Amino acid sequence: MRKLAGCIRQYKGAALLAPAFVTLEAVMEVIIPLLMAQLIDLGIEAGDMAFIVKMGAALTASTLISLAFGFLSGRCAAKASAGFACNLRRDMYHSVQGYSFQNIDRFSTASLVTRLTTDVTNLQNAFQMLTRCVRAPAMLVFSLGMAFYLNPTLALVFLAAIPILGLGLLFIARKAHRFFERMFRRYDRLNTVVQENLRGIRVVKAFVREEHEVEKFTQASEDIRRDSSMAEKILAFNSPLMQFCMYACLLLISWLGAKLIVGGSMTTGQLMSLISYATQILMSLMMLSMFFVMITMSRASMERVCQVLDEESTIADGPENVAAVADGSIRFEDVEFRYQEGGRACLSHIDLDIKPGQTVGILGGTGAGKSSLVQLIPRLYDCTAGRVLVGGVDVRDYNVQALREEVAMVLQKNELFSGTIKENLRWGNENATDEELARVCKLAQADGFIRQFPDGYGTYIEQGGTNVSGGQKQRLCIARALLKKPKILILDDSTSAVDTRTDALIRQAFREEIPDTTKIVIAQRVASVQDADQIIVLDGGKVADVGTHTELMEKSAIYREVYESQQKGGDENGAA
Amino acid sequence: MAQPRVHQGPGPGRGPGAFVKGPKPKNQGKTIARLLGYLKGGYLAPFALVLVCILVSALAGVLGSMFLEVLIDDYITPLTTMDPQLGPDSAAFASVAQGMAQLLKAIGVMALIYLLGIASTFLYNWLMVGISQGMLKSIRDELFTHLQSLPIKYFDTHTHGDLMSRFTNDTDTLRQMISQGIPQIFSSAITVVSVFCAMVSTSVPLTALVAVFVACMLGLTRFIGGRSGQYFVKQQRSLGAVNGYIEEMIAGQKVVKVFCREERAKADFDALNEALRQEAQAANSYANIMGPIMNNLGHLQYVLIAIVGGALAISGVGGLTLGGIAAFLQLSRSFTMPISQISQQFNTIIMALAGAERIFDVLDEAPEADDGYVTLVNAEEVDGQLAETAECTGLWAWKHPHGDGSVTYQRLEGRVELLGVDFGYTGDKLVLHNIALEAQPGQKMAFVGATGAGKTTITNLINRFYDIADGKIRYDGININKIKKPDLRRSLGVVLQETNLFTGTVAENIRYGKLDATQQEVEAAARLANADGFIRRLPQGYDTMLTGDGGSLSQGQRQLLSIARAAVANPPVMVLDEATSSIDTRTERLVQRGMDGLMQGRTVFVIAHRLSTVQNSDSILVLELGRIIERGAHEELIAQRGKYYQLYTGAFELE
Repeated sequence: MRKLAGCIRQYKGAALLAPAFVTLEAVMEVIIPLLMAQLIDLGIEAGDMAFIVKMGAALTASTLISLAFGFLSGRCAAKASAGFACNLRRDMYHSVQGYSFQNIDRFSTASLVTRLTTDVTNLQNAFQMLTRCVRAPAMLVFSLGMAFYLNPTLALVFLAAIPILGLGLLFIARKAHRFFERMFRRYDRLNTVVQENLRGIRVVKAFVREEHEVEKFTQASEDIRRDSSMAEKILAFNSPLMQFCMYACLLLISWLGAKLIVGGSMTTGQLMSLISYATQILMSLMMLSMFFVMITMSRASMERVCQVLDEESTIADGPENVAAVADGSIRFEDVEFRYQEGGRACLSHIDLDIKPGQTVGILGGTGAGKSSLVQLIPRLYDCTAGRVLVGGVDVRDYNVQALREEVAMVLQKNELFSGTIKENLRWGNENATDEELARVCKLAQADGFIRQFPDGYGTYIEQGGTNVSGGQKQRLCIARALLKKPKILILDDSTSAVDTRTDALIRQAFREEIPDTTKIVIAQRVASVQDADQIIVLDGGKVADVGTHTELMEKSAIYREVYESQQKGGDENGAA
Repeated sequence: MAQPRVHQGPGPGRGPGAFVKGPKPKNQGKTIARLLGYLKGGYLAPFALVLVCILVSALAGVLGSMFLEVLIDDYITPLTTMDPQLGPDSAAFASVAQGMAQLLKAIGVMALIYLLGIASTFLYNWLMVGISQGMLKSIRDELFTHLQSLPIKYFDTHTHGDLMSRFTNDTDTLRQMISQGIPQIFSSAITVVSVFCAMVSTSVPLTALVAVFVACMLGLTRFIGGRSGQYFVKQQRSLGAVNGYIEEMIAGQKVVKVFCREERAKADFDALNEALRQEAQAANSYANIMGPIMNNLGHLQYVLIAIVGGALAISGVGGLTLGGIAAFLQLSRSFTMPISQISQQFNTIIMALAGAERIFDVLDEAPEADDGYVTLVNAEEVDGQLAETAECTGLWAWKHPHGDGSVTYQRLEGRVELLGVDFGYTGDKLVLHNIALEAQPGQKMAFVGATGAGKTTITNLINRFYDIADGKIRYDGININKIKKPDLRRSLGVVLQETNLFTGTVAENIRYGKLDATQQEVEAAARLANADGFIRRLPQGYDTMLTGDGGSLSQGQRQLLSIARAAVANPPVMVLDEATSSIDTRTERLVQRGMDGLMQGRTVFVIAHRLSTVQNSDSILVLELGRIIERGAHEELIAQRGKYYQLYTGAFELE
C-alpha cells in the first residue's frame, strides 16, 4: 500500500491540486444555487429587472469560475492518474528485472503480463476517481452547511435522512463485496479456459473435444453469470434507496417549507434552494457509495500489483561483491538442489572438478537434472546445500552481474526478440563491431545462412524468432552468447536442431578458436560430447559416472546403452 | 483479464492487443439491432416489463419536477397572499388550515406517485441485472461455441491476444452498455420527451430558448467527443505498444537475466511508458472536462432562463407566473441533465459498439464445413459379419448409410492413400506439389525434410485441418471428404511437438484422450509412454495439479504426458509429429517400444528431426520444397546414396 502511494512521486503536486480544485469547484456549485435563490426572491418576485441582470452577471461569473476549476481539476486528475500509472508500471517492470529465476517461476508469464497491464489500468481508473471523489464529501459538507444556514429547522430533515441512506449504502456495498471478489476468481478461470483452448486448438480438434471444451467454458461462464448477478442485484438496491431518501426529503421539505413560508419565516426562493441542496446532498452520498464499490473492485488488482512489487529477489550480490572472475574453473562440492523448499531434491551429492579451458559433456535421461546442474554455475538458482565455485570463489560471493558477464549460457528454451539479427546479436555486447559479429557467426556456423538472407545481418526477426528455422535460431543464440567473450560457455541442448556435420564444425571451431574458454555441453547425442575432456553421466539427480568416452564405454552401463540406442541400424552414429 | 467496472465514462485502456485499430464502429444501427436480438432468448417479456418500469419511474420523476409549480402556484402563493386576520376572502381556500390540509393531501398523492416510481426503479434495476447477465452469457457461450467450430486456418491467421480480448475487453464494455447504457438511454429519452412537453405547456418562448441552448451543447459535445476520441485512439495504440513490449520481454525474461540486459530493458520500457503517459493524460483530460463543461452550461442556461423569464413575467408577456418560472427552471435542468449524462458516455457507447462488432465478426465467420456422412463405430464380429456395438472392442468399422436407409459396415484397416495432392495455405502459393503415397495397414511411415518442406502439412490434410486444393485422399478406400470430420479425427491419434497441457491434474490431462478412461487405463497409458515413473515421483502422483501448460515439468516430461494422452485414446492410426524431440534417446527407445506394441497392426505416421527416430520405419519419405524426392526403407535409401544418405552421413544440412 505504501509502495503504491509512493508511485505518485513527481505528480504529487497534480495529485493534491486535483482534489483542491475539485473542492473549489464544489464550493462554487454550492454558491451558485444561493445566488439563484437571490435572483428569484429579490429579482423575479420583486419584478426588479436591474437586480435580475446584476445577479445574472454574478451567476455567469461564478459559472465561469466554476468551469475554470472544473477544467483545472480534470487536467490535474488526468495528469496525476496517468503519471501514477506510468510510475506504477515502471516500478513493477523494474522490480521484475530484479527477479531471480526462482521469482519468475513463482509467477507465470501470463499472470505477470496481466498484472502489468490490466491491473495497472484498473488502478489508474480507481486513482483518477480517488483524486476527484473528494467532490462528494465536500459537496456534502458545504451543501449541508448551506442548508443549515438557510433554514436550520428544515435542514434537520437531512440529518434524519443521511444516516439512513449512508448506512443503507454501506450495507449494500459490503454485501456486494463478497460476490465481487468471487467474481474475479471466476474471470480468471474463464480466461484460463479460453487461453488454453486457443493455444491447444489443434489438440482440441484432433481429439474432437470441442464439446468438452464448450462444457468447461459454459460452466465457467455460468459461474460468472451467477456471481455477477448476485453482486449486481445487491447493487440494484442502490438507486431505489437513494430515490426513497430523496423523495422523502423533498416532500417533507415541501410540507414543512410551505408551513414556514405561510408563517412568513421563509421565502419561496429559499425553499427552491433548499430543494436543490437536498438533491446535491443525496447525490454526493450516492457518489460515495459508488466509490466504495469501485474500491472494492480494485482491491483485487491492488493485491495482485503489490505481490509483484513486494516480491523479494531470492538472489542478491554477495557480501564480498567479488567483481572479477579469475579463470574458467568450476567446482561443485557436495551440491544439493531443490526447486522448492521441502520439495524433491533434483540434484544431490554432486562433486565435480572442471579445469579452465576444458570441454565437458553432460548426458542423462529426461528429468535427470542436466539443466538444473548447469543453471547453478551462473547462479540462476542457488544450490540448497554444498557450494559451487567458479574461478575458485563461491558463486554467492560474486557480484551477480560480474559473474554472469563471464559465464555465458545458451538456454534450452531460447528466445530471439523482434528486431534485426544484428540487434539480437548485440545483446551479447552492445558495442560489438560488424567484424566481431561476423566472426562469432562464423564460429557458430551462422554466417553462411545469414548472408543468404536478402537483408543479411539486417534481416528482421519476428517476435519469438518464428521466421527462422529451429537450427538457425539455435546458431544465432550461440553466436549471441559467444559475443560476450565469456570465460565459461554453457550450451544447454543448444544444437539439437542442427545437423551432425554442422554440429561437428561448431565443436571444431570452439576447439580451435576459443581454447581457453571452459565449454559445458548438454546433449542428447553421444556424438556431440564424444570428444570432450570429460563426460558427466547424470541419472536421477546424481552423478552416475564421469570420464572420457573410452572410459565410460568401459565402465558405464547407462552410457553404453545411450550410445547403442543411437547406433541402431548403422555402424557410425545415426543422428542428424 | 476482464474486470467489470462500475464507474461510468471512458476508462483508459484495454488489455493487451485490444483496439489497436481504434474504436470506430462501422454500422452502428445494425449492431444495436443485432444486440437487441439477444433479447429473444427468453428475455422479451422481462425486457418489456423493464421498459414499462422505466416509463413509470421517469414519469414519476417528471411529475416530481412539476409538483414544485403546483406547490408554489396553487398552495404557497394563495396562502401567503391570504391574510389570516381578514378571514376567508381568498377564492382558493376557505381558511389557511383548510389550505394546509389540502396541501397535505396533495403531498400524500405525490408520495404515492413517488413510491410507485421507486418501486419501478427497483424492479427495472433488478430485472435488468438478470437480462444483461443472461444476454452476456449467451453472447459469451455463443462466441466460444462458434469459435470451436471454426477451421484451424482461422486460428492460424488470428493472434491469440486478439481473440482473447473479445472474450474479455469486448464483452466487458458490452456489459456496461447493456446493463447501464440501454436503460439509461431509454429512461433519458422518456424524460427528455415528457419534460419537453411539460416545458412547452409552461412556456413556449422559454422552451425555444432551451432548445437552442441544448443544440449548442450537443454541438460542443460532438466537438469535444471527437477530440477526445482521437486521443483515445492514440492512447490505445501506445497502450498496445507497451503491452506488446511487456509480453515479449517477460516471456524472454530469463534470457534478459542471462545476458544482464536488465538496465537496457528498463530504459527501452521507460521510453514507451512515457509515451503512453502523455497520450493517457491528453485523452483523460478531455474526458474529465466534459463533466464540468456540461454542468456549467446547465448553470448558464439557468441564468439565461431566469433573466428572460423574469423579463417576460415582469412585462406580463406569455402569461408566466412566478411558480411557472420556478418550475420551468427546474424542468430545464431535468431536460439538460439526461442529455449531458448521455453525452458524457459517448465514448463508452462507441467503444462498446466497436466491441460488439468485433464479437459479431467472429460469429459471422463460416464454421468448418462438414459434408461427411460416413461415421466410425466400434464393431464386433458376429458370425463373420461386422456388427455395431457400444463397447470398446479394439475393432472399428466405417458405417456407410445408404440412400435407401440400409447401412453397411466396413472394417477400419488404416490404409491411407494420397493421390496427386496439391495444397497451398494461401491461394497462390503451393506448399505441396503432386504428393502421392500409400500407407498400408500396420505400416510405419516417416517423413523427413527441412523446416517448411511440408511434413506437418501432409498430416494436417489427412485429418482435414485443411482441405486439399487438388487431388484425392482416401482412407480405407473412402474419400475422406465423405467421412464425418469428428469421426475421421477420432480415428487418428495425433501427438504434436507443442504439448499443450490443460489446467487440471495429471490424470485429467491424460484422460483428455478418452474422457471415460478408468484410472487403470490412465496408468496403463502412462506406463506405455514411460511416464508412469516420473508421475509417481510428483508430490501428489497422478493427482498433481498442472497449471500454465505444465510449467513445473520439463519439456521431455510434457511430451511423455502428451504421448500418454494419445495412447489412452487407443486410436487405429497415429500421427507423431516431432513427438519425442525433447526426450533423450534412451527413453525414446523405451517409448517407441511401447508404442510399437500398442500400434501393432496399425498405421503410424512419424515426423522427426532425428533420423534415429525414423530409422526403423517401413517407408521413409524425404520431402523437399513440397515434393517427395526420395522414398523407401532406411537401407534402400542409404543404398541410393541420395539426399537421405547425405543427411544420414551429415554431409548435408537439414535446415
